[in-house]
Amino acid sequence: MNVTITGVGLHPFGRFEDRSVTDLGIGAVRAALTDAGTREIDAAFCGTAYAGVAAGHKVLGALGLTGMPIVDVEAGCASGGAALILAAGMIQAGRARRVLVFGIEKMPRGMIRSTFFEPWREQAGLAATPAYFALRAQRLMRDTGLTKEHLAAVVVKNRANGVDNPDAMFRKPSTVDGVLASRVVCEPLHLHMLCSPNEGAAALVVESAGADGVTVAGAALRSHLPGGVLGEATPLSGTTDDTLTPPSTLAAQDAYDQAAITPSELDLVECQDTDAARELLSYVELGLCEPELLVDWVESGHTTRGGRLPVNVSGGLLSKGEPLGASAVGQLVELTRQLRGDAGARQVAGAQTALAHTVGRGANACAVILRRD
Amino acid sequence: MSTPELLARHPDGTPRLVGGFSPTSGLHHFPIAEVCPYSGAADVERRLLSPTGTLWGWTSVETAPPGYAGPVPYGFGIVELPEGIRIVTRLTEPDPSRLAFGQPVRLVVEMMPVTDGDTAEIYAFAP
Repeated sequence: MNVTITGVGLHPFGRFEDRSVTDLGIGAVRAALTDAGTREIDAAFCGTAYAGVAAGHKVLGALGLTGMPIVDVEAGCASGGAALILAAGMIQAGRARRVLVFGIEKMPRGMIRSTFFEPWREQAGLAATPAYFALRAQRLMRDTGLTKEHLAAVVVKNRANGVDNPDAMFRKPSTVDGVLASRVVCEPLHLHMLCSPNEGAAALVVESAGADGVTVAGAALRSHLPGGVLGEATPLSGTTDDTLTPPSTLAAQDAYDQAAITPSELDLVECQDTDAARELLSYVELGLCEPELLVDWVESGHTTRGGRLPVNVSGGLLSKGEPLGASAVGQLVELTRQLRGDAGARQVAGAQTALAHTVGRGANACAVILRRD
Repeated sequence: MSTPELLARHPDGTPRLVGGFSPTSGLHHFPIAEVCPYSGAADVERRLLSPTGTLWGWTSVETAPPGYAGPVPYGFGIVELPEGIRIVTRLTEPDPSRLAFGQPVRLVVEMMPVTDGDTAEIYAFAP
């Protein structure tokens, strides 16, 4: 893609009663500008779903960083990825040399309420997002032989990683028994198998190729194909066609093609773990693992920090929580630190190629491949 | 706010879901829309969908989601109809352990509390 990440910054993910969403953004953007060693920015894209009108302008206005084009970007959980792709496009078109990409969010508490659903669907009880996750988990378990214990093992893995991430919301280790002892939200999903909507911000400075940094080797955003009943599009009906390619696969294939790599060349992955089953489905959709091998991958610990392909070494959304607009940028901050060798106790030794994946409301799916040569 | 036409009475008096069918795409959809949501074809015909189907997936919603004033827990699932369409629906059975893949289910109508003490008809499937 000929785009380089030269600065990263993050405001921790969690709950911050005394700080506005603008405050969170200021923290992340200042950190990224400091890291990049510059305030000379040609354009800015801000991912957010809940922050309201001109939310990105409020952050940059507080920093005296206006005059340039500033655009808020909403693409559900993939908002930050969409912001990166727009920034990269501007750079590739020669219309900007250095662009700020950031994401900010303060999510309402509890089950996510979304204007995506019409009032009659809410009244009918047909707007329960975790129930859709549960149906998808149930089908995945039926098709692959995964059990609730396997789903709990994903939580244990990600929470173990989160212990070493000072920017995560949950930093205590978990156990399979502990996960299964948490209350059932929607069978087969227990409370600890679902990520918590929360607050946070993350920022990147990206520049044209030639700058010293981590290369964006591929970045793609795709939406769902019509017909699937189970996907993040959360429709009221679908066809019986089980051969539809999911949006995460479409995005990943585009990104692999741009980077000219295969999934086997990845050293680590940050993927969408809105719920524990979503992480495992992502392995399949991203081409990391065949469905019939999922049980073995979980039981063999292939995706633990010391495993064959570490996934969600940041702790994932299950440890960090999910501030929608900041989530995808947060993944890219983590992977940039990993590829720089700056990830501290979480460092994956020798990591050179990494994939970030988000998928959510819309449906929108984003895949970004980063490389350190 | 507009609610699509969801339910109608068959001439025999039983309730049916109101779907759409596009001859050019050959596909049914629900709720009925002006154009086929799979192909964009404008030749949508109104169809009363089959009142019986089989269970394709299910769960139970244990706490009330936003904007919902009905009882909890309640059953939630996907039913496959013979027309080749999968419907996201309430289920009258809230206990997941009492349901099975492929189980025959039939359409029923439930009354759901909405705002200001009103109720509204909503579709559900029963074992």
